[in-house]
Amino acid sequence: MGPRLASAAFQPSPFPGVRLQFLQLVISGVAQGCIYGLIALGFVLIYKATETVSFAQGELMMLGAFLGLALMTLLGLPFWLSVLSAVAAMGLFGIVVERVVIRPILGQPAFSIVMLTFGIGYVARGVITMIPAIGTETHTLPVPYKDQVLNVGALVLNVEQLVVIGVTVVLCGALFALFRYSKIGIAMQASSQNQLAAYYMGIPVQRLNGIVWGLAAGVAAVAGLLLAPITFVHANMGFIGLKAFPAAVVGGFGSLPGAIVGGLIIGIVEALSGFYLPEGFKDIAAYVVVLLMLMVKPNGLFGETMRKKV
Amino acid sequence: MRFLFKTSYEQDINLAKHGGHRFWYGALLALLVASPWLLSEYGLAQLTFVLIYGIVGLGLMLLAGFTGLFSIGHAAFLGVGAYTEAALVGLGVPFPIALACAMGLSAAVGVVVGLPALRVKGMYLGISTMAFGFIVAEVFARWESVTGGNSGKHVKAPAIGGWQLDSGTEFYFLCLVLAVGSTLAIVNLLRSPTGRAFVAIRDSEISAQSMGIHLARYKTMSFAISAALAGLGGALYAHMIKFLSPDQFDIIQSIDLLLMVVIGGLGSVHGAFLGAIFLIVMPQAINASKDFLPEAIGQAPGLKAAVYGLVLIAFVLFEPLGLYGRWLKIRTFFTIFPFYRKGMFKRQKSFQKSDRLR
Repeated sequence: MGPRLASAAFQPSPFPGVRLQFLQLVISGVAQGCIYGLIALGFVLIYKATETVSFAQGELMMLGAFLGLALMTLLGLPFWLSVLSAVAAMGLFGIVVERVVIRPILGQPAFSIVMLTFGIGYVARGVITMIPAIGTETHTLPVPYKDQVLNVGALVLNVEQLVVIGVTVVLCGALFALFRYSKIGIAMQASSQNQLAAYYMGIPVQRLNGIVWGLAAGVAAVAGLLLAPITFVHANMGFIGLKAFPAAVVGGFGSLPGAIVGGLIIGIVEALSGFYLPEGFKDIAAYVVVLLMLMVKPNGLFGETMRKKV
Repeated sequence: MRFLFKTSYEQDINLAKHGGHRFWYGALLALLVASPWLLSEYGLAQLTFVLIYGIVGLGLMLLAGFTGLFSIGHAAFLGVGAYTEAALVGLGVPFPIALACAMGLSAAVGVVVGLPALRVKGMYLGISTMAFGFIVAEVFARWESVTGGNSGKHVKAPAIGGWQLDSGTEFYFLCLVLAVGSTLAIVNLLRSPTGRAFVAIRDSEISAQSMGIHLARYKTMSFAISAALAGLGGALYAHMIKFLSPDQFDIIQSIDLLLMVVIGGLGSVHGAFLGAIFLIVMPQAINASKDFLPEAIGQAPGLKAAVYGLVLIAFVLFEPLGLYGRWLKIRTFFTIFPFYRKGMFKRQKSFQKSDRLR
């Protein structure tokens, strides 16, 4: 007992280092989780408005990142202008996709639309890969905050991660305000609660659905542009969208704050399991979490529970 | 036009409803039996793949097309069957026993995956099967003592007693027998009370439950049968491809399997095989058309994905009943010749029903 106590007294304490490392892991997990959350936000927006699940969200994100890359490197536009125009262009693209392929089959079984979004994802990935000399390469997005670090006390903070977190917070605030205070947001809430009743109240449900798809595509583009400096821009980056499904489910599929919270949970669990658990667990941590969640609480953390009345 | 004159109740339960059925299915069977002598070795291998994917498609069709439960992780069952078969045959277990074990283990895994299906609905089920698929793919990659990990695993040729089925023709006949057997089994299952219960669950869970169908039991059963067929297909796949690696059973494969049943035509047994033909023929057709396209398009690596996606979108938009639906329309056009109307197969559009309230 005695000698061990003495040695412990000599070393100040092993804990600050461990705690710092833990904090560092949590911050990188939060940054990654914000990306998941943003993609999940797209799922939830579309699901709430149209009751369909879009498996093309990851590919929309990939398209947004490529568009930003093209605007910056090929056209040489300044950073802020290209980000804004990439997001706006993706929003427009979302509206067009909804009008051309989704709207004609509304009213058919939900699974048809799921397969349709799989098809959109395939086409997006295939077309990007087909662009000669660009599609098969990995690119880095030239952002002004690339590779900068911020030292806060003993913490080393990556500016890229801080930007991700900051933008997510701002975007969530903007979306919250949109849904809470604007006329169009309230109309969207109404149509997501009951489409038929919304129709009767004179809300143009179909046009709203188009806007929601545009919004989701815009959010996906933001996620893609945020993710690009952390990983790379390549044709298969859309597969990260499949990890955002667990985020959406953990949060409860119909809840916007739930999507972000779910994303954060998935991101943190992934970062911690990548460090503390054996190799291989990082890749499946999200899926283990979602299976547990579905067993314990199938409606997610913030999900609504309703029973069908006959 | 054909009018059926029924003279006995037996006719109602016959599999072949009239002479035409008997003749054409007999002709198809004769053609399949004769094909080793009609086709080149390469063509026969492709036909074997069609049969294998057809078996897997039957399983997924039962689950997705007839029970209404969509699995976005079906490649995992395929993989469980394939690796079980490879491991057992590698240990020297006789082929039929290994095949039965592959089916059994797949079915057991299917029951485990089906358990959340009792609580979750709609896309939650899709996501839970997808999550399961990812986990199983990771297990294939990490459990190196059994699966060989990412470096892959070689599979021995099947042997029944002292009889080695190592030639393409022998293996083709094995697949043919199993494919015909499982088709008959599924067709018979679908007209039994169990099959009717599956269809009832697909059409409305609440009505099915009200009619006294035990939802949990039938959903689990559907998952088990579907997974067993996928395991059977996986075992044959392992012998056919002779080299297994985890990336053959990833999410892309799962989506390809779904694409197969959707393009074939959800809710039809024919659709499983038509979809399998599509899945095998399409890459060949794309390869063949490469020479006629300008080089920038023809040689691009993403061509296959883009074409698949476009075909899938086109089918969902314009032919929701799939290839089998197209065939039905053509057949109806000729049988009632001058009287075919445009909207005869039009599905009634309903105002979107809320999935959340189910």
